[in-house]
Amino acid sequence: MNAQKINSALVSLYLVLFFLFLLGPLLVMAVSAFNTPSYPQVWPIRGVTLNWFVQLFHDKEMLEGLRTSVVIGVSVSILSVAMGLAGALVMTQLFGTSRAYYYFLVVAPVLIPGIVLGIATVVFWRDFTGLLGLRSLLYNGTVLTILAQSSFVSSYCMLIILARLQRFDVSQEEAALDLGASYPQVFRDVLLPYLRPAILSSAMLGFLTSFENYNATTFAILADKTLTTVLASRVRMGSSPVISALATVIVVLTILAALMFEWVKRREQRRQWSREKEARESERLETA
Amino acid sequence: MNNLGITFVATALMLALFFFLVRYDRHRAVTAQVGFFRRNGALVGTYLVLGVGIWMLFTFIMPMVFMVDLSFHHKLPPSKVGGPEDVYTLDNYRMFLFGSTTSTDSLNWLHLRSFFMTIFISILITLVTFAIAYPLAYYMAQVARMQVLRLLLLLLVIPYWVNDILRAFAFRIVMAENGFLNQFLQGIGLTHGPIDFLGQNIALYVALCYSHLLLMTFPLYNAIEAQDHNQIEAARDLGAPWWHIHLFVVMPHAKPGIASGMTLCFMLTAGAVATPMVLGGPNSLWFTPIVYDRFYQLFDWPQGAAYAIVLLLACIAFVFGVLKLTGLKLGEITK
Amino acid sequence: MTSAIELEKVRITFGTFTAVHETDLQIRDGEFFSFLGPSGCGKTTLLRTISGFVQPSSGHVRIGGADMAGIGPNKRPTALIFQNLALFPMMSVAENVAYGLRVRGVGKSEREARALKLLDQVALSPHAHKKVSALSGGQKQRVAIARALAVEPKVLLLDEPLSALDLKLRQHMRRELREIQQRVGITFIYITHDQGEALNMSDRIAVMNAGRIEQVGHGREIYANPQSAFVASFVGESNVIPGRVAAVGNGLAHVETPLGRLAGRVGLGPDGSAPIALSAGDEAQLFVRPEQIRLVAPDQPRPACGFGARLRDLSFEGSMTHLELDAGLGMPCNASFMTSNAGALPEIGTDLALQFDPLDAIVLRQEGRAA
Ligand SMILES: Nc1ncnc2c1ncn2[C@@H]1O[C@H](COP(=O)(O)OP(=O)(O)OP(=O)(O)O)[C@@H](O)[C@H]1O
Ligand SMILES: [Mg+2]
Repeated sequence: MNAQKINSALVSLYLVLFFLFLLGPLLVMAVSAFNTPSYPQVWPIRGVTLNWFVQLFHDKEMLEGLRTSVVIGVSVSILSVAMGLAGALVMTQLFGTSRAYYYFLVVAPVLIPGIVLGIATVVFWRDFTGLLGLRSLLYNGTVLTILAQSSFVSSYCMLIILARLQRFDVSQEEAALDLGASYPQVFRDVLLPYLRPAILSSAMLGFLTSFENYNATTFAILADKTLTTVLASRVRMGSSPVISALATVIVVLTILAALMFEWVKRREQRRQWSREKEARESERLETA
Repeated sequence: MNNLGITFVATALMLALFFFLVRYDRHRAVTAQVGFFRRNGALVGTYLVLGVGIWMLFTFIMPMVFMVDLSFHHKLPPSKVGGPEDVYTLDNYRMFLFGSTTSTDSLNWLHLRSFFMTIFISILITLVTFAIAYPLAYYMAQVARMQVLRLLLLLLVIPYWVNDILRAFAFRIVMAENGFLNQFLQGIGLTHGPIDFLGQNIALYVALCYSHLLLMTFPLYNAIEAQDHNQIEAARDLGAPWWHIHLFVVMPHAKPGIASGMTLCFMLTAGAVATPMVLGGPNSLWFTPIVYDRFYQLFDWPQGAAYAIVLLLACIAFVFGVLKLTGLKLGEITK
Repeated sequence: MTSAIELEKVRITFGTFTAVHETDLQIRDGEFFSFLGPSGCGKTTLLRTISGFVQPSSGHVRIGGADMAGIGPNKRPTALIFQNLALFPMMSVAENVAYGLRVRGVGKSEREARALKLLDQVALSPHAHKKVSALSGGQKQRVAIARALAVEPKVLLLDEPLSALDLKLRQHMRRELREIQQRVGITFIYITHDQGEALNMSDRIAVMNAGRIEQVGHGREIYANPQSAFVASFVGESNVIPGRVAAVGNGLAHVETPLGRLAGRVGLGPDGSAPIALSAGDEAQLFVRPEQIRLVAPDQPRPACGFGARLRDLSFEGSMTHLELDAGLGMPCNASFMTSNAGALPEIGTDLALQFDPLDAIVLRQEGRAA
């Protein structure tokens, strides 16, 4: 009994320490965003202010970076879902040695450091766009960053979609064919709706991964600026509570998004439960 | 042939190998296979080919091949590229090893030390991260009740989407000389003067560990969750001590998750750019800033490419080491 | 009568494995036709060949007289009901039923009306707008049938559609399926490994074993005149008694067996009309069903077609009582009786005298040892 008490106390202590470590720094940063001194600090609290948030929303460079980040994020997310989906579908149609070879190639971007991918993209596209005569059009930071990020974000998307695809019941596809659907119709009516949750979550993940990426971006971005690269240069120049304010905004948005996601999930689950309950009910009536 | 020519030829060879393998597999297949375009229809088939083709060829294979090729060249002004001076050379790698492109007298200690320190510390950080994350993953997967679990997952997601720079920045605030932690330690009388967390790179290592804690936790959690709780109960009933249960019951089962968490953690730590930039002390020599400098300080892209390849080789070696040690296949750790 | 489906020399192989050996078969228009056979005998493979998911390695499949070579499953006038139903979970019940019409370009209001009408026929119209996961097993079954019928196929193919249901519901669905078939009047091809189902519902049955059709015929015919050892033991139960033909005459074959001289009808040949040619000295097998074996009361004289055996085990199953006998064949011999409350049951271990009517037994040539 006593040993058990000690045990559970130790577990609680560990959990508290873990989450203190995990959330503490963010909390300290958030507090510093409301403190008046212009060097971000928590203690002593000299006065509460929203000034740093106001400055943040008037910061032209950051807003510009945010816009670029969103443009890149949306493009990467669309491209990566499209390419990752294709990648996953092709995977299910390969067997044996070619499958192993293909698998190795499509997951490799996940296992390669972002900076290597960033560098490779820049050096290749500088010469390649030269060859195509499109350097003025394509050789710019935004395009290169989209390309560099897409290579590994697509792999993430592919892995997510593949996980769901592997649980797909092929007889669904055959049933649609048997009812007279053409292959594109089967794809549109059966496979895509089935993959919808995986596609949505990989699009979401793709956007967020792109949005917060720094390693590949810092090489590929050239003269353009994303929110993270603007942040990086600010942080390098020195500390400012404006940065804390930005982090606070991101944390709050994350919490809201997570809560909303949880709410949607629960609602869906409740619906599913009530359907299953109904099914059991009619089952009971049927066999009675 | 110039770089692009080499790149195209090598890519074509890789494609040819792929199609050869596909044919070979089809030939060996048990069932007659429907042709690719017949199976998918012209529209979807074209989409699949274009999707995978653009992704693999233009964003991955060609850039990588090009970079490898470039690393064996000299830095030349554009006018001389492809000219008689554009010859293959190992100078960029020689530079990494000996600090000079001509002499091999003394080793390039500055870069070598930085490289090996980066690898060594990354391994250490990976192990420490594992040690911190494992109990939580186990607790969430096997012990926690549903309600607690939801709360914990929610708490975990919050720091996950804060980017590296902001995380590092948070640690700078916390661990600065007059930062929160020093104030706190002095306040409770544990230390007398401020500790130089930043200068000693302690902040850097702690933040790297912090950054990758979640990437370690999630694969571990998924792997441990898949285990039947009854197995653990059975081992406990047989009187196995707790460490024995973890070492010989839970961990072997969670091996793919452990391998995958460690691989991710190592790769991102060794390849981290933001954290060392924000938190690196004056005597920190993380390897990635050196690579960065080849590019944007010296503008010597071939040399930068060579350095990037050295880093890549280290990561590949680590992945293969993990696979070898655990006896797993690549497919099992990238789930 | 025209053939709805014709298989001509169809052979299906997977690599080096032959799933279905060369097969000829004609299924008539409007027939309820069943394939009956043990697991893995190639039933599903044959069905998938008819519906177009599997290409025969050689031979022809004709539906309504037209050769189906090179015609995909989506262009064939067949509809398949899958073993797991394969309903579309993201669509409502009505959308499921209307899907075949939708891909044929039927307008929204018309296809909805037709789906509702079909759902009405299977008593599901109140559930039209539910998701399929809210339905019970039997209801899902009926949605699958309505969905397949919606495309007005010439042939409906059903792959063990009832295997997932519980016993009571299964019996009910058998009747319902049969009724639907009679109402719509199209050909049903039904796969099952449950002989009760096949015998109960079908106009004709093909009994399959290891990739071959062993016998085709009406249920009664197959039961009464099995043409192979496999059919004799798979459709109903049979005791197999090996022996050598001693004499043939009057449609009966007398066989010298380890149990003495027994007799049975000479079995029919593959065309189902003429008896096989047996002559004295041929190795043969005599098949007799447990329920055809009768006890001979101890005080009666031993009959002509009788044998002795020791009672090894006795099990009471309500209306029937089963005896397991040791007749010295090296394998047990079974007999079943209607349970009768009058008269005592024999003791286990006693020697019994048994008999059967030669007209209830069948004699076939020993398989695998043909000249
Ligand atoms: N695509 C395939 N590739 C290789 N072998 C196959 C394939 N499909 C079926 N087979 C083999 O063909 C044989 C017949 O299979 P089939 O599914 O037709 O049997 P079945 O009679 O329907 O059995 P069940 O009652 O179990 O459904 C089996 O041995 C099976 O392993
Ligand atoms: Mg089957």
